[in-house]
Amino acid sequence: MQTDTLSGAFAAPPVDAAHAFRAVMRVMARPGTIEAVTGATPPAPLSVAAGTVLLTLCDPETPVYLAGDADCAAVRDWITFHTGAPLVGRSEAMFAIGRWEALLPRDDYARGTPEYPDRSATLIVEMERLEASGARLIGPGIADEAALSLPEVAAFQANARAFPLGLDFLFTCGDRLAALPRSTRVEAV
Amino acid sequence: MSDYNFAYLDEQTKRMIRRAILKALAIPGYQVPFASREMPMPYGWGTGGVQVSAACLTPGDTFKVIDQGADDTTNAISIRKFFEKTAGIATTEETAQASLIQTRHRIPEAALSEDQILVYQVPIPEPLRFLEPSEVETRKMHSLEEYGLMHVKLYEDISQHGAIATAYAYPVKVEGRYVMDPSPIPKFDNPKLSMAAIQLFGAGREQRIYALPPHTRVVSLDFEDHPFEPSKADHDCDLCGASDSYLDEVIVDDAGGRMFVCSDTDYCRSRRAANHVGAQGAPYEDARA
Repeated sequence: MQTDTLSGAFAAPPVDAAHAFRAVMRVMARPGTIEAVTGATPPAPLSVAAGTVLLTLCDPETPVYLAGDADCAAVRDWITFHTGAPLVGRSEAMFAIGRWEALLPRDDYARGTPEYPDRSATLIVEMERLEASGARLIGPGIADEAALSLPEVAAFQANARAFPLGLDFLFTCGDRLAALPRSTRVEAV
Repeated sequence: MSDYNFAYLDEQTKRMIRRAILKALAIPGYQVPFASREMPMPYGWGTGGVQVSAACLTPGDTFKVIDQGADDTTNAISIRKFFEKTAGIATTEETAQASLIQTRHRIPEAALSEDQILVYQVPIPEPLRFLEPSEVETRKMHSLEEYGLMHVKLYEDISQHGAIATAYAYPVKVEGRYVMDPSPIPKFDNPKLSMAAIQLFGAGREQRIYALPPHTRVVSLDFEDHPFEPSKADHDCDLCGASDSYLDEVIVDDAGGRMFVCSDTDYCRSRRAANHVGAQGAPYEDARA
């Protein structure tokens, strides 16, 4: 185990986690808005925002799936040491993290049951760029309409059609964070 | 320096509550189960709201608590002092100054902004509970969108009383999908449920969290020939003269004397400070000066 496995966590966990959660809650409540989060310095290839979200929400009760290049020894050791989250396959994961192409196909993840639609996975999608432009978003949390640079449109439209079942998405890029809950309807522009 | 972890709860409990809040925001109106903890206050005193507030507070927040609109009741004061002690945060009685407001059974009269969060204390989160006691059955009814029973209940009101007699905890439909109990707020407050602030609902004893993101479409259930009507006492506030606020009726003597006053104490105080005087009001003096 290397020293950088042991470093990179919150300096003041209760306060840093509280600030980070406020940002996560605000983006989830207002799809399309982008906020900055800091506090964690995870090993590459994880972004600061993705590492901060993991430290804020994950613990031994939340199975995590690492997709593509996120599934490397440095990341596995870091998550295990700092959160204790079990690393699992797609179908058992409450959180999944990686690039969009590596996370696909969407159908492999838990999307909840009709009685308990909350028992669904949250996907943390690492992005090359994250901007408030692109696909048009309509739904709860959006006054008129919003825009977000989604990796594609069809998958999110299909996800919204299954409401109240479905996946929820967090998008991370550097220290920036945005979200797309299943309640948001997506249109290509 | 406090001997408590920031905002009382341990970090693992806060993560569990935070995950429930995020799912609640993603599925507006749906009740997310959570592992409610024992709090240092009895069930029924706002343990659900307190846990949600504890999971949301940051050190920079200004916290306000109201109980039926009032900042100065036992429940509101004790919860405010609880977080002053365990989180070291600033508190206020002024609605506009607060970043996080915990409420029991009222929505403040002043419109809330994008930057504010409203946390409700909820006694019975399940709107169908008094019609169907089984949780298994009510879960199934929500999953099948089977809400006919709720309309039958409202119809029985009309057949017995000539109008929908439900005056508080008036059921609403969220984004055309889930029927939700807005907690026992007067139906006067129902039109305010579509607002710019984030609304979170916590039920401690019943172990449920649900939420309304900003600008969510919230419709009070009604019938075409009996449309929903928000109602209040047909009176103006006797202290500040407001005609647009929800009123409490207060008995003032043994001879049947009564007066109507704003239930939102901060709204009434700010109006009186701006020299509005009601029928029985005296010119305002700032008691805090």
